[in-house]
Amino acid sequence: MSEIIPIGPYHPLQEEPEFFRLHVEGEKVVKLEIELGYNHRGIEKLAETKSWDQVVFLVERICGICSTSHPAASTNAMEDLGGIEAPERAQYIRTIICELERIHSHLLWLGLAGHFIGYNTVWMWVWKYREIVCDLLDKITGNRQSYAMFKVGGVRRDILEDDIPWIRASMDKLKPVLDLFKGAVMDDPVIRARTRGVGILTNEMAKQYCVVGPTARPSGVAIDVRKDDPYFAYGMVDFDIVVLEEGDVFAKAVCRILEMYESVKIIEQCIDKMKPGIIDLKIKELPAGEGIGRAEAPRGEVYHYCLSDGSNFPARYKVRAPSYTNIASNEVACVGETVADAALVLAAVDPCYCCTERLVVVDHDNRREQVLQGNTLIQLSHERTKQIRKELGV
Amino acid sequence: MGIKLKALTKSPWVYHLSTGSCNNCDIEILDCLTPRYDLERLGIVLVGSPRHADALLVTGNMTMKCMKRAKEVYDQMPKPGVVIAVGTCALGHGVFEGSYVMPKTVDEVLPVDIYIPGCPPKPEGIIAGVAKLLEMLKQKA
Ligand code: SF4
Repeated sequence: MSEIIPIGPYHPLQEEPEFFRLHVEGEKVVKLEIELGYNHRGIEKLAETKSWDQVVFLVERICGICSTSHPAASTNAMEDLGGIEAPERAQYIRTIICELERIHSHLLWLGLAGHFIGYNTVWMWVWKYREIVCDLLDKITGNRQSYAMFKVGGVRRDILEDDIPWIRASMDKLKPVLDLFKGAVMDDPVIRARTRGVGILTNEMAKQYCVVGPTARPSGVAIDVRKDDPYFAYGMVDFDIVVLEEGDVFAKAVCRILEMYESVKIIEQCIDKMKPGIIDLKIKELPAGEGIGRAEAPRGEVYHYCLSDGSNFPARYKVRAPSYTNIASNEVACVGETVADAALVLAAVDPCYCCTERLVVVDHDNRREQVLQGNTLIQLSHERTKQIRKELGV
Repeated sequence: MGIKLKALTKSPWVYHLSTGSCNNCDIEILDCLTPRYDLERLGIVLVGSPRHADALLVTGNMTMKCMKRAKEVYDQMPKPGVVIAVGTCALGHGVFEGSYVMPKTVDEVLPVDIYIPGCPPKPEGIIAGVAKLLEMLKQKA
């Protein structure tokens, strides 16, 4: 008989509230149920009451970590609707912001993953170096988060010539940091033992669940909007997409780390290739019709759709975020793992989820319901790491 | 109440409650704890349970589905405790004004003591807000 451990909707570390119900038999997870909707804010409906320019601000606030990906998909959709091609310099600037965001998001995830397996030092170090990226974004866009850079037909701010040496220097500073983390993840025997072969999402399952981004690529699915359907300046720069085979938590971590190297490469190329020019077409009106836009967010493909009746407001707006499909894949990735690993597997997808502060354990045998404190899961995870360390003698 | 309030100002433990935010405010709160800002040197610790907390840091819009849970969390916090609303969303509804899932603002559901504006507020802003609150409490005690 299985027990149920609900996780959520409040969780001490992750952000958005979401609710998981783990069915366990002893230590093994046999089933996972997912309930979403705590963070439903009616954004699609709200978008119909905002003008085209305001919609970009609104979608920026769908998710803070992806606060460039949504505007990117949104401007792509609106430009598709109006048949607009943004100026080249604007495209490069957009690409730079998108890639900076990818680095910041992946670092953020790496830090949280470190915390989950009980390496708080990793968390603190990663977040310390994440500030390099935050400073860059602060300087270029004027805000550490929610950059408000994108608009239909261009960007709002230019990158100043004076800043470019400093941006280059920051990129150079970032490279040894990435090497450090790569070494930390690849060579540490404990991290290996904790993540290798855990939460495997097979290639077949990845395809069945239609996962995207860094959840799909470590499972051998080569899917990346930046390559498949180049937008912004991605067609004009040279980079590789990282595809791995194993599909476990380790592969997901390695994939994200290697992707950050590619992002640095893209940013450097953009800075080299950028020529002076206008950054904004000053679009006043959008015609009636439909538009779709895609963008590769740090977590996978974001898809936006807009329908216009020729007025100042969208008649219909639709958003599909990558986490929605990725979270569903936890259903298979979690099954067969121990409870101590479940937290790690759930986090490996890098979902925008903010769950537990309370856990309730329901025992099917004797209908016992037990309320656990939120950190119990993390505690379990930490104990597991300690045990592995002891076994390995480190 | 006096002595309890005074004790509260020494080393307030905070619990972070997101009620339908966009993550940014939450990231900035976590950022306050990491080496650059390092709130722990001031005795402020983020805890994993409201039962250990002296203060609630509330972010987000207070969606309908979160309302009940938020009240539960507030009830679990030992009193006297303070509630800090972080971010434009928690102050009013910000850009989400008029949405059909947010009948109430945060301060209509929980007794908010201090508001920290910004979308998201910078870590410096959050620290300044908390410091002001402590000052206020000290005078009250
Ligand atoms: S105030 Fe701004 S940054 Fe904070 S949760 Fe609301 S939209 Fe996000």
